[in-house]
Amino acid sequence: MRLLKAFALATTLLVAGPALAADEGHGTELPSGNFSFDGVFGTFDRASAQRGFQVYKEVCSNCHSMRLMSYRNLLDIGLSEAQVRDIAATVQIPDGPNDEGAMFERAGRVSDHFRRPFANDQAARSANGGALPPDLSVITKAREGGADYVHALLTGYSDPPAGVTIMEGLHYNRWFPGHQIAMAPPLSDGQVQYTDGTATSVDQMAHDVATFLTWAAEPELEVRRAMGVKILIFLAILAGLAYATKRKVWANAH
Amino acid sequence: MASGLHDSQFTNPVIRWIDQRMPVFTMVQKEYGTFPTPRNFNYLWNFGALAMVNLVIMIVTGVVLAMNYTPHVTMAFDSVERIMRDVHFGWLLRYAHANGASMFFMVVYVHIWRGMYYGSFKAPRELLWMLGVVIFLLMMATAFMGYVLPWGQMSFWGATVITNLFSAIPLVGNTIVTFLWGGFSVDNPTLNRFFSLHYLLPFMIVGVVFLHIAALHITGSNNPLGIEPNGPQDTLPFHPYYTIKDSVGIVVYLMVFAVLVFFIPNYLGHADNYIPANPMATPTHIVPEWYFLPYYAILRAVPNKLGGVALMGGSILVLFVLPWLDTSKVRSMRFRPITRVLFFLWTINFFVLLSMGGKPAEQPYVLISQICTVIYFAYFLVVLPLMGRLERPLPLPESIAIAVLGKRATLGAGPIPGGATAKPMEKA
Repeated sequence: MRLLKAFALATTLLVAGPALAADEGHGTELPSGNFSFDGVFGTFDRASAQRGFQVYKEVCSNCHSMRLMSYRNLLDIGLSEAQVRDIAATVQIPDGPNDEGAMFERAGRVSDHFRRPFANDQAARSANGGALPPDLSVITKAREGGADYVHALLTGYSDPPAGVTIMEGLHYNRWFPGHQIAMAPPLSDGQVQYTDGTATSVDQMAHDVATFLTWAAEPELEVRRAMGVKILIFLAILAGLAYATKRKVWANAH
Repeated sequence: MASGLHDSQFTNPVIRWIDQRMPVFTMVQKEYGTFPTPRNFNYLWNFGALAMVNLVIMIVTGVVLAMNYTPHVTMAFDSVERIMRDVHFGWLLRYAHANGASMFFMVVYVHIWRGMYYGSFKAPRELLWMLGVVIFLLMMATAFMGYVLPWGQMSFWGATVITNLFSAIPLVGNTIVTFLWGGFSVDNPTLNRFFSLHYLLPFMIVGVVFLHIAALHITGSNNPLGIEPNGPQDTLPFHPYYTIKDSVGIVVYLMVFAVLVFFIPNYLGHADNYIPANPMATPTHIVPEWYFLPYYAILRAVPNKLGGVALMGGSILVLFVLPWLDTSKVRSMRFRPITRVLFFLWTINFFVLLSMGGKPAEQPYVLISQICTVIYFAYFLVVLPLMGRLERPLPLPESIAIAVLGKRATLGAGPIPGGATAKPMEKA
């Protein structure tokens, strides 16, 4: 038993090691966005994810691609097939070559990937003062802090504190590493019109789009957690049975 | 019995027919059924079996992942995300494989630690131990190359930093690095050969594991007392005693594994590796996976590049000569009151190194790393050789049976089950 305890401790240390090693301290801690998917049993708030998609579509997608996403994926956040078909049909997708060897554009289909705002990275940089707007497909997995970071970043714009000079074309943001970000404040109160009547404050839109982006980065999250619960219950019972059997087999051996 | 046939003990006609011509059933019976095993194992002796299970999990998930992965610099990242999104249970395969690597190192670290604590590396098990170190080295190479495959930022820059270490070798260093890369920087040829080797090395691990187990079955297992079994009263048949004890450990191991995979699958990874590799942008901190951090700390503790590489390599290679560095005849630390304490301190020192490896290369972390590096090597090169001569070990118990059973052991046969030559396992 003593050994088991030592072992549990060693394992904890092993697991905690990288966490201890990872704190690089950006000064203050990210504020929690209080998301529906926080914690072990959290799930995605579908309405929030749909509103977040609307924010992405009307605001972010002017500069940011989500090249790993397909329109058909939107069925997972509760949009109907007809809605998804309509959304896909509003964009023109380059396709081809056709039988004459020419490239052409056609209306989007549900099987298409999200249309990218720029033809290539060079075009994206050229249109954004030299900065490349990152692809947002897995952005919450690609940034420390995930959804909390995205939410904090989108609401973190302000005038620079006294004594801080910002380079031309950059903007002060409290949560961006280095505090100087090329992206101009993308959201302003009332910028989009939610169909469900939710007030469109910057904070609300940031919260919704962070929810949408987290779903986009981890579409398997709910299935994964649900399966994990079942498997752990199964294994807990199996562990009990295995241990009882072990006790029985070893009853006279020590 | 026809001449040339093996004298099989099996009665089932089909099994008997095969066994007479190729005695695999007899072998399994001998090596995993009646195999005489010290009766006093604690749960630390689960970790060999756990490593075996882990290796199988890695190979099975890996083979299926390889069916869906594209080893090309422009497609690797997206093909991994396609596995996560569009392959049935692809997320489960990938998260199990990625976290399986972490589980593998946790298990093997405990396995190695157990060998060091109970002196399992000492005569006559030196070769068994050295084969284990070979497995560990192969694992590290495999894990490193596997981490490169998703072609994220940390993949690319980790590969650049680690392969560049070879450039520290005098005269031929740069030629070796170019050879490893297949070009003049980490690029598509590098990714291709890493994928090929990442698929090859696990099967080499299987081969060395076979040798590791073959050697184990010649010497027999060590045990927490570190004294040799001295007859049937000291041992139990492997089945059912240790098959069931290992089963308990395997289920607990799977529970830890499941927590990682299903609830915190990216906890042990780096956010930067979800950014596609970009040779033009270096991440702020290039950090290897957690299981390499102690060696990374040793590497960075030395101001000289060649010196750092030499010490990092030496920190593993020193394990090869451990059986000759430890001069004590007593195996188990239970009977070595001073060395035992020093070994626990060394263990803590290892965790401090692990933590330092994840810090930026600045003070005070570099100084702490330097102190810890000295302690790491001092234990092997100074403490162990000296303690064998200076320390007075505690008296060893007479036999395993007496230590485990007390008086019952001396009361004759009694109800003690087992004994190596006792009834063979039920034939199924």
